Amino acid sequence: MDLLTTPLHALHTELGAKMVPFAGYDMPVQYPAGIIKEHLHTREAAGLFDVSHMGQVVIEGPDTVAMLETLVPVDLDGLPVNGQTYALFTNEAGGVQDDLIITRWGEQRFFLVVNAACKAADIAYLQAHVNGQQLMVLEDRALLALQGPEAREVMQNLSPEAAALTFMQGCEATIAGVSVYITCSGYTGEDGFELSIPADQADAIARLLLEQPAVEAIGLGARDSLRLEAGLCLYGHELSETIDPVQAGLLWSISKARRADGVRPGGFPGAEVIFDRMENKPALRRVGLAVEGKRPVRDGQVVLDADGNRVGEICSACYGASVGGPIAMAYVSRALGEPGTPLQVDVRGKMIPVTVTRMPFSPQRYFRG
Amino acid sequence: MSQTPTELKYASSHEWARLEEDGTVTIGITDHAQEALGDVVFVELPGVGDTLAAGDDAGVVESVKAASDIYAPVGGEVIATNEQLEDEPETVNSDPYNDGWFFRLKPTDTGELDKLMDADAYTAQCADE
Repeated sequence: MDLLTTPLHALHTELGAKMVPFAGYDMPVQYPAGIIKEHLHTREAAGLFDVSHMGQVVIEGPDTVAMLETLVPVDLDGLPVNGQTYALFTNEAGGVQDDLIITRWGEQRFFLVVNAACKAADIAYLQAHVNGQQLMVLEDRALLALQGPEAREVMQNLSPEAAALTFMQGCEATIAGVSVYITCSGYTGEDGFELSIPADQADAIARLLLEQPAVEAIGLGARDSLRLEAGLCLYGHELSETIDPVQAGLLWSISKARRADGVRPGGFPGAEVIFDRMENKPALRRVGLAVEGKRPVRDGQVVLDADGNRVGEICSACYGASVGGPIAMAYVSRALGEPGTPLQVDVRGKMIPVTVTRMPFSPQRYFRG
Repeated sequence: MSQTPTELKYASSHEWARLEEDGTVTIGITDHAQEALGDVVFVELPGVGDTLAAGDDAGVVESVKAASDIYAPVGGEVIATNEQLEDEPETVNSDPYNDGWFFRLKPTDTGELDKLMDADAYTAQCADE
């Protein structure tokens, strides 16, 4: 199968990126600097990520709020225009079909960004649920993320309006004569921005950003280690059709208004199951693991208690470049989820000691004003 | 472009072997291998005193992306390992043919070196991958 490309494909190649297939796209996993240096650069200055493989969708029309609220456990009615929220497409079993970011563009107009791997399924799912609203897939838009402690200063020179945004807010802006939509968001744990840009202008905007001394191009490899250090979930790892939001530690993503005791309780797929899990805690919970020594642990490896009984499995693991050692997230028995609990991981027959630890591994530095 | 020094011998599993003046053989992984692996974060080496046959498992190199087994390109007794890699595994990336060496063998049969590839053959293999 031919891989799809993003509007920045030529730029990645020119920068010497190592390209790999990801969710059907030919994407840069790293540039010549390498994953560790790219990770550290993002934490210390600013990194530019091409996330154009993600799906950008606009839904508008009468009762869009009500229609979307039947799909996600979020108070969209209470979301201000240009406000942004994390959301889950839950399923009837209380599991998760995808996680997404929703931005309110108007009274009945919303902008959704969904995962690349779930894009086709999400669009079909939305299409099946529209009843009088219009759904537009923005195939002609690129999406860039500018992340890191110097991102705001970089933005100050390009769009002072965007540089004034606080976490989970968006605005329309003009950069170098190009009309873009910018939000203060990202998935690295750092302050930063995401820019939705007309595809034919994306290369020029990316080059302009890369001309700024603080900014380097960062690949998907570092994007993954940055989000893991930030304790953030990745669909297909921490989230799946069979993992409920309570187990995933995402209770905060279920708006108060949509909870059992809220003003508009339930009305989203799997609400009863999820309310039950909120009452009667699920058997497993998502935890962070600090790994003793330097030997990395990997996704799918078995977690055992101190006596050698199987108690869970690793869902994501990486070398935490800012932490300076291997880290992981795992689902383990609820009783063993307290920070400080000693566990072990079976790494090809070798038992590696790990400790349940609080997340994020690296402090989140969102700008909340 | 990857470096492939002509004075070394190469195994198809991407280890290099250098016959030292004292008759011992130093072993590491190639520039091509370290580049393909990406940032190396952990190296497991054989124990000093271990006896290995050509092709035996001799350790593991782990990068940010994957774990990869290391094989002994020739047989012999392990007489030294590179302890620097314990604290600075990134040396494998920065200097794969010198400071990034893995272990040293007292070979059972130096004739086994002749069964390995020369630089040209190894470069050709890498080009085919």
